[in-house]
Amino acid sequence: MRIVKVLGMLAALLMFGTAATAADGQVLLNAAGATFPYPIYSKWFNDYHQMHSAVQINYQSIGSGGGIQQLKTGTVDFGASDMPLNDKLLGMFNQKILQFPTVLGAVVPTYNIPGVSAELKFTPQMLADIYLGKVTKWNDKEITSANPGVQLPGNDIVVIHRSDGSGTTFVWTDYLSKVSPAWKSQVGSNTSVNWPVGLGGKGNEGVAGLVKQTPNSVGYVELIYAIQSHMGYGLVENSAGKFIKASLASVTDAASGAAAKMQKDIRISITNAPGLQTYPICSFTYLLIPSKIADSTKRDVIKTFLRWMLTSGQDMVESLNYARLPKAVVAIEMKQLAQVQ
Amino acid sequence: MSSNASMAKRAPSSWSVRAYLRRLATGDVVAHMVTLIFAASIVLIATLLVFQLWNNSAASRQQFGWGFWTTQTWDPVFEHFGALPFIYGTLVTSVLALIIAVPLGLAAAIFLAELSPRVISDKVAFLIDLLAAVPSVIYGLLGIFVVVPLMRTTIGPALKDAFGFLPLFSGPNYGVGFLTAGIILSIMVVPFIISVSREILLTVPREQREAALALGATRWESTWKVVIPWARTGITGSIFLALARALGETMAVTMVIGNDPKIRDSLFAPGYTIAAVIANEFTEATGKLYLSALIELGLVLFLLTFILNGMARLLILATETDRGRAS
Repeated sequence: MRIVKVLGMLAALLMFGTAATAADGQVLLNAAGATFPYPIYSKWFNDYHQMHSAVQINYQSIGSGGGIQQLKTGTVDFGASDMPLNDKLLGMFNQKILQFPTVLGAVVPTYNIPGVSAELKFTPQMLADIYLGKVTKWNDKEITSANPGVQLPGNDIVVIHRSDGSGTTFVWTDYLSKVSPAWKSQVGSNTSVNWPVGLGGKGNEGVAGLVKQTPNSVGYVELIYAIQSHMGYGLVENSAGKFIKASLASVTDAASGAAAKMQKDIRISITNAPGLQTYPICSFTYLLIPSKIADSTKRDVIKTFLRWMLTSGQDMVESLNYARLPKAVVAIEMKQLAQVQ
Repeated sequence: MSSNASMAKRAPSSWSVRAYLRRLATGDVVAHMVTLIFAASIVLIATLLVFQLWNNSAASRQQFGWGFWTTQTWDPVFEHFGALPFIYGTLVTSVLALIIAVPLGLAAAIFLAELSPRVISDKVAFLIDLLAAVPSVIYGLLGIFVVVPLMRTTIGPALKDAFGFLPLFSGPNYGVGFLTAGIILSIMVVPFIISVSREILLTVPREQREAALALGATRWESTWKVVIPWARTGITGSIFLALARALGETMAVTMVIGNDPKIRDSLFAPGYTIAAVIANEFTEATGKLYLSALIELGLVLFLLTFILNGMARLLILATETDRGRAS
């Protein structure tokens, strides 16, 4: 069924593509990929169309995997992914793909313990041990020692994770892999992993729903989702040893902390980034742009759009609760933009 | 002689052309061709489906072979894939759904067809057809907001009190799991069973009932011993339809099953089904082996449905001949 659907989508896209070149003066671009940045992308593409009526960008939020596939087969002009493409994935393309971070997101731990209203503090080791199934009770010493003064019950912890493949899971597991060698060797990081324990909920709303309904549970959701649905969430200890509550500012901080390393490789993961005020569990989401675009009109439009997105476009992101790119990262991307030919 | 023969040859051919045209005009041939094409298209679609699934799962089939059917790991990071927990989850939830839905649906169909006044029966049948058209995500929401909490606070503990000594009803109860998925699925498939079975029961000739009654059978005896056996094939068909829907259901199941690919005895434990994992992971799956393993799961589901249907058909065939011999 899925295949038929995908084939249908491909056919529709192909028809769009041929129609696009036929219209005179009009430039129609097709893009597909990640769902997490869809709200801001659709706002960007829409606003850009208002300013340049000849340019129209269709974005299908079919998931990062689908975006990568379609970019590979050439049915879209550019793709989008929540997870940076590693060398193995890049090797499957017959052209060089450049990755442009667009906005930042963060993932926060959320929980439901009857009788506990205090904001819980999570250490990296604690999160890894809970998700590995090593810490199984809320009054475990590892948890109580980080949360002095909070009366925690001796109930079993119900671990909840995402069941659908998602960038959120990638960020969460990427962070756990960094802070816990045991996690890295046993589970690793990906958009879906082989979870040692726990229940799976579909989407942010699925995880949030399960956490809300299940006493003594812990889960993780995107910061945007937590903000928009007014959910409480815990503090996480950063690499400087301070407990930070995620906010748009503390997420942007994490990115500036990592900017120095991004000079060498733009795909650097920014989980557990250095800095006193940085929130440790966050990541970029990327646009995937081919480095060689044969159609010069399309190339110019894509480059102009990217330039706009990195400058004035960034002023819009916070209204939709995304964290904006730090200046240092924008500078690196501007440099990379010159490579698109 | 030769001219005679050629005359004889020509005459029927011109005659048959005219006949052909006449048949064309009256629509027989057209109808034959159109229906043939439609019937062939079903075969074509099924063949294309299998062909696509087979082709796109090549990487995974080569890597894992038959081991894919018996492996219990599903690890996208280290790229080790096996279908067994998903097969198990799919079978357990579907069987649970049928265990609940078949008696319920059959009893309702018997009441509506045999016992209730026709006016009520028709109105209720209309409602049931409406139920069959409700999108599955609505049933999923019903599951999350009603069945899951009920399961955790009321049904689960009650079952544990009564049957806690069985491994089937032991272990922690989170509210989500095999049993909850089975219950939601049974609610989803019961309209199919009622609706189709009722129609079938209504087609049983009046004379059959009257003959039984005339022989001194009670109302119930005539229903149970005459009407039901008469309608048996159709009723079994309705159960297949229900089974097929249960095997392939995605959204409602993934919302209430807990999505954990492990094989466990307890019906309270979280599980996973084939359709659910494909829907969950396909959009974000990257890498050739991962994608092709997901597609191979689709192939497994196709084969599973095929085998179950085949087995059920053989079962009917066997009982039919048995009955034939007995009578």
